[in-house]
Amino acid sequence: MIDVNDLHKSYGKNEVLKGVNVNINRGEVVVVIGPSGSGKSTFLRCLNLLEVPTSGTILVDNQDITSKKVNIDKVREKMGMVFQQFNLFPHKTVYQNIVHAPMRVKGTKQQEAKVLAEELLKKVGLSEKIQAFPSSLSGGQLQRIAIARALAMKPEVMLFDEPTSALDPEMVGEVLAVMKDLAREGMTMVVVTHEMGFAKEVGDRILFMDQGKIMEENNPKEFFEHPKHPRTIDFLSKVL
Amino acid sequence: MNFSFLGQYSSFYLTGAYITIALAVIAVVLGTILGVALTLLRRTRFKPLKLLGDIYVEFIRGTPLLAQIYIIYIGVPIIFSGSDIPDFAVGAIALSLNAAAYISETIRSGIDAVSIGQMEAARSLGMTQRQTMFDIILPQAFKNILPALGNQFIGSIKDSSIVSIIGVAELMYKSTIVRGNTALGLEPILVASLGYLIMTFTLAQLLGVVERRLKTSDRR
Repeated sequence: MIDVNDLHKSYGKNEVLKGVNVNINRGEVVVVIGPSGSGKSTFLRCLNLLEVPTSGTILVDNQDITSKKVNIDKVREKMGMVFQQFNLFPHKTVYQNIVHAPMRVKGTKQQEAKVLAEELLKKVGLSEKIQAFPSSLSGGQLQRIAIARALAMKPEVMLFDEPTSALDPEMVGEVLAVMKDLAREGMTMVVVTHEMGFAKEVGDRILFMDQGKIMEENNPKEFFEHPKHPRTIDFLSKVL
Repeated sequence: MNFSFLGQYSSFYLTGAYITIALAVIAVVLGTILGVALTLLRRTRFKPLKLLGDIYVEFIRGTPLLAQIYIIYIGVPIIFSGSDIPDFAVGAIALSLNAAAYISETIRSGIDAVSIGQMEAARSLGMTQRQTMFDIILPQAFKNILPALGNQFIGSIKDSSIVSIIGVAELMYKSTIVRGNTALGLEPILVASLGYLIMTFTLAQLLGVVERRLKTSDRR
């Protein structure tokens, strides 16, 4: 579904991505791990062009989204994103946060939007917060709302950029649980995370990134039990 | 102190106050609309337009309002020769154009204060640049800058006194006439000052109410 070829990204002289190649298949959960500064977030943000690649191509459904001719807004409609800092709209209620984009971008009718919001809030276990403002919610709740907001556009793939890194430890579980449900339903997911437990349990494939490249990729079992690259072994010895 | 002229001139002052309020309201409303437009102009990727916006703001900020009023008062009839624009309209336009530059600067600071994550979240949902700006960024920016905008609005009320020099019969102009008629130096100005104070104080209170309203609906 997503086909990344020789992706490079530089900020001035600093080359963050040095040729990334990866295929992401429909229904697959790909977990990206690696030390900080390895370029994994930048890689993820390139997938929906929040970062514009310096060179390389990104095919989404066989369409090169780095081409100037592509309407990126249309592509983003089918790619949901969840951020480390949640980024809920503070001036809107939970309900408005969820329905704003579907109504504004897709022209979803009020009636339909309401049903959608109720469904999604039920899914993330926050039905009672529908009229709350983000300022009154905890980090874990905010992130679950943010996931519901992204799902409201009915995306074909979900991108997660360290979704639990800004959370208090006791709130990590509730967010991961929602993500596990999503994976079970067959959602295509690309997850940048430091949660090794989640990677092992939910990931179909692990990508290990370091110094702007994918150093090793494998299924979770092989990856964690028999890492091959010395950098992977070194990294795993520090985090496990 | 002799305020006995008030009995004779109170309605005279009042009509001046109406004109002042009209000038200030136009300057604030038109200035805000133009200010938003100017802000967007200065954020375009098209360099010449951005430069034009920047030059405009620098010109307005760097020259006296008095000079700007004269430039419009004398310049516009030269450009559109033969056209007869009422003095009131010239004054209102000058004040609006002036306010727009300052308001645009204020809005810019407000936009910069909204975190980049808000823009990214909205764009990642498929919203266009424009939808993101008007639905997500500007509402938050306005909330941030309300106190600064309030100052600007109060400034517009006071600045309107300067258009008296082109013969717009607002509060300051009226008080000058009263001074001439009564041969009193100080008192008519004191009355006008009190008029300005009542207007600015009322506006400040109203803005305070709006600010508190916005705060209760959304604490951050």
